[in-house]
Amino acid sequence: MSETLTHNHIKLPEGSIEKTTTTLNLGPTHPATHGVFQNILELDGERIVSAEQTVGYIHRAFEKLAERRPLYQVTPLTDRLNYCSSPINNMGWHLTCEKLLGVKTPKRVDYLRVIIMELARISDHLICNSVVGVDSGAFTGFLYVMQYRELIYEIYEEICGSRLTTNIGRIGGFERNFNSTVWEKLDKFLAEYPAVLKEFENLFTRNRIFMERTIGCGPISAERALNYGFTGPNLRAAGVDYDVRVHTPYSSYEDFSFEIPVGKTGDCYDRFLVRNYEMWQSIEIVKQAYQKIQEFKGADAEVYHADVPEYYLPEKKDVYTKMEALIWHFKIVMGETEIPAGEVYQAVEGGNGELGFYLISDGGRTPYRLHFRRPCFIYYQAYSELTKGSMLSDAIITMSSLNLIAGELDA
Amino acid sequence: MNLTNDIIKAKLVEKFGDIVSNFEEPYGMLTFEAPKEQNLKVLQFLFDDAELRFQFLTDLCAVHYPDQKGRELAVVYHLHNLRDNVRIRFKVFTAIETPDVFTATQLYSTANWMERETYDFFGVNFVGHPNLKRILNVDEMDYFPLRKEYPLEDQTRIDKDDAMFGR
Repeated sequence: MSETLTHNHIKLPEGSIEKTTTTLNLGPTHPATHGVFQNILELDGERIVSAEQTVGYIHRAFEKLAERRPLYQVTPLTDRLNYCSSPINNMGWHLTCEKLLGVKTPKRVDYLRVIIMELARISDHLICNSVVGVDSGAFTGFLYVMQYRELIYEIYEEICGSRLTTNIGRIGGFERNFNSTVWEKLDKFLAEYPAVLKEFENLFTRNRIFMERTIGCGPISAERALNYGFTGPNLRAAGVDYDVRVHTPYSSYEDFSFEIPVGKTGDCYDRFLVRNYEMWQSIEIVKQAYQKIQEFKGADAEVYHADVPEYYLPEKKDVYTKMEALIWHFKIVMGETEIPAGEVYQAVEGGNGELGFYLISDGGRTPYRLHFRRPCFIYYQAYSELTKGSMLSDAIITMSSLNLIAGELDA
Repeated sequence: MNLTNDIIKAKLVEKFGDIVSNFEEPYGMLTFEAPKEQNLKVLQFLFDDAELRFQFLTDLCAVHYPDQKGRELAVVYHLHNLRDNVRIRFKVFTAIETPDVFTATQLYSTANWMERETYDFFGVNFVGHPNLKRILNVDEMDYFPLRKEYPLEDQTRIDKDDAMFGR
């Protein structure tokens, strides 16, 4: 190669022409990477020869921080993992604590949680799918669906007061009951969103440009996906019907009937379709949960937390008037409640896969060790295999269709 | 046939005898340990056996127990049999002076980054790993931050002037 490329009239340093590939730094702050991702790509023309990921730009040492915090103070850390669907992370953490502490939550709490988790799943998938559209050149869908993500965020806001990093719910239930505005907004969402989702699908699903950009782009076989520890929509797009909600139901998911969509080729198009179908299923689950909640009568219809005074903050008016409530309030806020020794693993179906919490307690007041199984950290390592030999622009779509969230990746 | 914890335990004891030990079932998940030299044999058996089929590595992490002399670091594997939907937890312990554990990357591609993370935070040296270097922390770091001898900053310290940042 070098023989033919050496020209007599151009004086180049010895050996400089022998490298036939180009090194390209994609990221860490590139508008197309949607987060702090760096990839060092070796390109032959526009084809990717190899990709090496650098991660850890926003590592915040959550696992270490958690070792000094009482359980309830770990919840805000979990917000900042997958911030597109932080309620699922919050609920996953509450479920982990409840499993360790042996807290049994009432059915109504479970159903309220299901509503919040499914809304979070919709907002997560909505962002991911519309961003796949943006990266293939279609901005309309992204802007169009944003107002319904906004509506979901308004629902969070009514319950917990914040939108993105929600810190929603408490060990044993919710901080307050859903007020009438929540139900009104939920009615509005359920009434209007299906038409919007339908239109969103019309924009993409049979769009020739979109199909040609995504079909066969970044595919993975079921075996490789399992070996790489894929979970969630990415694994289901490869044809494996594994869903934590069905396999190990939590928060009474066994009471709901819904379908698990699976793809076949595991490429960007299948991932897109799986996510879209999951949004339809999430709407169904929310509807079922809504109906089940309306069936509660009398005192049951007002229950929004379990009766666990050791872990659940008492109402403020009780703190001022009742001795016992004051004691519990003080002990909880100061983190002076001992937690039983033991080790638990609790998984929930997060927006992008199985989100696991491995909690070891030695009987102290804080976790002895807490490890987050962060799905996108685990499947991002397949990225170089997914993109090898593809075009640079396909690599961008593959990245967004994997639903990588930098906060979760780097913990 | 349902794969229960008792069947898994019986099969493991039948195959490995005294090597596998400390069977427990905290919160329903079968947990056991093996000497660190045997970790690959156990994982391979769990992977290959026609009944067990623990072919999905859910999670791999380490735990530091500074008080247990000679077995300070535990490497914890969470395995999942997706067909029968059973999870187990498998631990190997190693001394902190010689934290050498065989890598599971040949069995599971996913172990690659998990082991790098574990090395990054605990300094477990995965023998045979193709690319064992730090992943989340900076390459220049010369300690393993999740070990217990590195406490978090004292929250009551007053010698630090951070009027602009921090507390």
